[in-house]
Amino acid sequence: MSTTHVVDKIDETLTPQQGRPPFNVVYEWLRTVDHKKIGLMYIAYALVFLIIGGVEATLMRIQLAIPNNHFVSPQVFNQLFTMHGTTMVFFVGMPILFGFGNYLVPLMIGARDMAFPRLNAFSFWVSAFAGLLLYFSYVGGSGLYAAGSAPDVGWFAYAPLTAKVFSPGHSTDYWTLAIFLSGIGSIGTALNIVTTIICMRCKDMKLSRMPLLVWLYLVMSSLVFVAVSPLTAAQVMLTLDRYLGSHFFDTQAGGSAVLWMHFFWIFGHPEVYVLVLPAFAFVNEIVPVFSRKAIFGYPAMVAASVGIGFISLSVWAHHMFTVGMGAAANTFFVFATMVISVPTGIKIFNWLATIWGGHVIFRTPMIFCVAFLFQFLVAGLTGIMLSVAPFDWQLGNSYFVVAHFHYVLVGAILTALFGAFYYWYPKITGRMMSETLGKWHFWLFIIGFHLTFDFMHVPGLLGMPRRIYTYEAGRGWEGWNIIVGIGVVFQAVGTLCFVCNLVHSYLKGKEAGHDPWDAWTLEWSTSSPPPDYNFAVLPTVNSRRPLWDLKHPEDPDSDYE
Amino acid sequence: MRDTVAISIASTREAPWTLPYRGTVGMACLIVAESAIFVIFVVAYIFYLGKSLTGPTPAQVLELPIFGTVCLLSSSITVHLAVATLRKGMLRACTGWLASTVFLGLIFLITTAREWYHLIHDEGLTIQTNLFGTTYYSLVGLHATHVVVGLIMLSLVLGFSLFGLVKEEHSEKVETLALYWHFVDAVWVVVFTVVYVLGR
Amino acid sequence: MSLSANQKRTVNGAGGLSSDWGFRTILCLAVFFVKPVDAQSPTNIFSPAATPAHSIFGVAMLVLGVTLFIFLVVAGLLLYALIRYRNRPGDSNREPAQIYGSNQIELSWTVIPILIVVMLFLSTTRVILETQAIPKPDNAMNVTVIGHQFWWEYRYPQLGVVTANELHIPVSDPAHPTPTYLTMSSADVSHSFWVPRLAGKMDVIPNKINTMWIDPQHPGLYLGQCAQYCGTQHAKMLLRVYAQTPADFAVWVNQQRQLAVRDFTGNVKAAEGQTVFMHNACINCHTVAGTVANGRFGPDLTHMASRDTIASGAIQNTPENLRAWIDNPNAMKPGSLMPAMHLNDHDLDLITAYLTQLR
Repeated sequence: MSTTHVVDKIDETLTPQQGRPPFNVVYEWLRTVDHKKIGLMYIAYALVFLIIGGVEATLMRIQLAIPNNHFVSPQVFNQLFTMHGTTMVFFVGMPILFGFGNYLVPLMIGARDMAFPRLNAFSFWVSAFAGLLLYFSYVGGSGLYAAGSAPDVGWFAYAPLTAKVFSPGHSTDYWTLAIFLSGIGSIGTALNIVTTIICMRCKDMKLSRMPLLVWLYLVMSSLVFVAVSPLTAAQVMLTLDRYLGSHFFDTQAGGSAVLWMHFFWIFGHPEVYVLVLPAFAFVNEIVPVFSRKAIFGYPAMVAASVGIGFISLSVWAHHMFTVGMGAAANTFFVFATMVISVPTGIKIFNWLATIWGGHVIFRTPMIFCVAFLFQFLVAGLTGIMLSVAPFDWQLGNSYFVVAHFHYVLVGAILTALFGAFYYWYPKITGRMMSETLGKWHFWLFIIGFHLTFDFMHVPGLLGMPRRIYTYEAGRGWEGWNIIVGIGVVFQAVGTLCFVCNLVHSYLKGKEAGHDPWDAWTLEWSTSSPPPDYNFAVLPTVNSRRPLWDLKHPEDPDSDYE
Repeated sequence: MRDTVAISIASTREAPWTLPYRGTVGMACLIVAESAIFVIFVVAYIFYLGKSLTGPTPAQVLELPIFGTVCLLSSSITVHLAVATLRKGMLRACTGWLASTVFLGLIFLITTAREWYHLIHDEGLTIQTNLFGTTYYSLVGLHATHVVVGLIMLSLVLGFSLFGLVKEEHSEKVETLALYWHFVDAVWVVVFTVVYVLGR
Repeated sequence: MSLSANQKRTVNGAGGLSSDWGFRTILCLAVFFVKPVDAQSPTNIFSPAATPAHSIFGVAMLVLGVTLFIFLVVAGLLLYALIRYRNRPGDSNREPAQIYGSNQIELSWTVIPILIVVMLFLSTTRVILETQAIPKPDNAMNVTVIGHQFWWEYRYPQLGVVTANELHIPVSDPAHPTPTYLTMSSADVSHSFWVPRLAGKMDVIPNKINTMWIDPQHPGLYLGQCAQYCGTQHAKMLLRVYAQTPADFAVWVNQQRQLAVRDFTGNVKAAEGQTVFMHNACINCHTVAGTVANGRFGPDLTHMASRDTIASGAIQNTPENLRAWIDNPNAMKPGSLMPAMHLNDHDLDLITAYLTQLR
């Protein structure tokens, strides 16, 4: 499938340790169209940017630890929060989730690859280039020590701050172009995922027999089409404004700053669902296996996921409650936002019911999922608080919001991702990750997470707005900011444990075999790591848990579906 | 290490297991994404109707582009016929219909170009002039860009076809391209209605 | 703080919170957690001092109570399940009963959340309407607020007052309310007006007019700051709202209405400073009423010496600070749009002496 012929007589299945020249390995990875390799490249790429984004966050927390600090200049700070947000959403979140999707979806539906392998590779390389372009901005302009040309308009780049007159130079253009290209990559991969799921399922895998992870990636990818495109359109408009003198967001010519906000949040809100649905996907696969029970209420889970996808398209202006849209519009968006909590709650209850009556095994993948459940619950509840528009008039644009969305992004999504790493690492590499290092990682990270993000809610309640490079003494914010900063240390050490675990386990981990977790979906039926062609014989399935049916022929799922 | 566990469960279905063609689904996804982009530009157009602070208004300078529209919409019919004839193995007819499609698409582009020339040189309307200019040129221009891309693809297929390389077994792929072309025409129907009918 | 009494009071008497008993319970719980925190902060949203902030406080307590309840129930059940159903040594050789779903249970946990949503929605709608959708009373005082990078302009159209950065308003007696209505827009990019103890924030957007009202009941200084990222010095675009008794407010208005001080007999430096000022580019950006200086780009300086702070609340208004600011604004507020005026020391002393007389 992905053989190279650079050097004859070299067995292409050999690893570098076994004598295959490194050049061949690199060349193969650069040219590959195999979904597994592309998935891993996405994941590795995202992990590098996770570290970079984390460093940016650390610098900000140092600057904010005490009032009127001079650790970084205002210009650098403003670039830091812009780059941190942009990096984490577009060059960590999207790639890592697309990476997992790329790797897992074909395996879980019994296919040999994605529908469009070359488009897959193209999408990856475009996205990768986009990230490098964004970071090139640091050395653009007057260069690195003069703060370069890195964008400083915030990750949502409100107009008219982004107009040529208020943001001269090219910093905004780096933001626009990098995200535009990343969007093209995202739409390409989403297209690939949807087509793969619709057109390449193995025999008798009806839609109602797909693993929930596959359902969630289907919904997530469909959302990408209607979410990323508005941002692409808005960015074209912004660039036309900046370079061809058009007036889309030019308030001096009658243009509307609020129009940008609408377009951005029509992207921005579904985008956060694009990020969180795969997290749900991972939990949907891990919790049943480690509770030794089928997921409770599969049809409701599917309906809730699809429902969340649709409703998420109608709530965007809850990011604009303070803009002055009027009572009617505010009321509508309050209602839509509150409504979305119903299917979300259903999912939490279904997970609870899956655990109920099971035999819960607390291995590392599961403990991360347990943390996810508690943390996502809290994140959802602070979301409900924010959906109450008058309360949002106080809390909006404050550190309460920052705490809320980090609770979702780190406490729910990143936590579930860690669980997914521990769960599928054996399949990807053929080796188990260390449970000891895993527990260290878990506790250090969770303690750090709670120190930082639990206490970050308080300055918001005390009137601290976001995106400020410093603050006045005497507002009561000082102590809380220090605690927030201490948590960063724990999270950093925890993440270091994780990276060490990844590397150490690859070299020295115990051999995993096909199915170390005694799981039930198709990826566990093939070897670890899977061969290039995934399955020797394409499977046929009779139920949602084909391996359960094999292992329990006296009581197969197909009797109950 | 390379062994796999083969799951061959006897199928309980009698009907053959068929799933849709990849190209159609992929193109449908692309169309959804592109539609979302066009929706945003149309929304901007409608939002800014009547809000220009200066300059010419749509009613003052726009005329119905009837001829171009007829050509473009006809090209949907010709591309459909291209696919239909290819399915029946009538290769030369297919080539002819493809050529007609490209020809009609080119005419549409020329009418747009002439219209823009008139607007810029005679009416003084550019993308910088006012909100109408901004939204008009960007929306119609975005559509025209999609026409250009479609014409490039159609010309490529036409070229292949002239060399006899396009055969009956390729009809699904050509249909995927035809789907894109139908989308471009459908967008024009919307743009025409919003800009030239309702907006004036 | 006698919150329940204030809670029922809104401008035009648009109704108070009806679920008073539940509100009191939740309030006790909230106060238990919130009190230690609010002791020091002048911008605590749970320390409301005007009706909009009070309304928000009420609905905030409600939603906090509801979410706390949901958290305790769900997290409690989760914790219980994880402990009760953890894998025990004998469990490994058989799988537990596979339960695929239950229509009754799933229906109940769909219906109950829907009911909670409806209840929250109705409570929220009421507060939205009583804050945003009520008509303006005739005796409201109007202030036009214009946001700039990085300062606030205040114009009192009916009183003929123009000032910057420190907003003076009369307190409002609950029995005869005299709220202040703010009509807001921006001269450049989007800002947001947020004084937490008085009201929720309202964005200040170019080419758009937003309105809000505040009615502090006790005199005092209420702090806040810009809450929409607006550029380099967003962090130091501070808000200072001085609520004054009607008598004090009248004195203030009278003073602010006067033209700028022009008589400097006995103060040679100030007189010379005035000359230097009027012959420098200062007059292109700043207004000093009654002189040739009529620029609108920077703050009105007619009565700048009557203000406690300069640079939009960021710096105390002392002669030393003022001199340093004029010499090089970017040293004190990097990214400020006022350029360094490159004056020599002599002129700096003179201009400072002049400006400190502009009470």
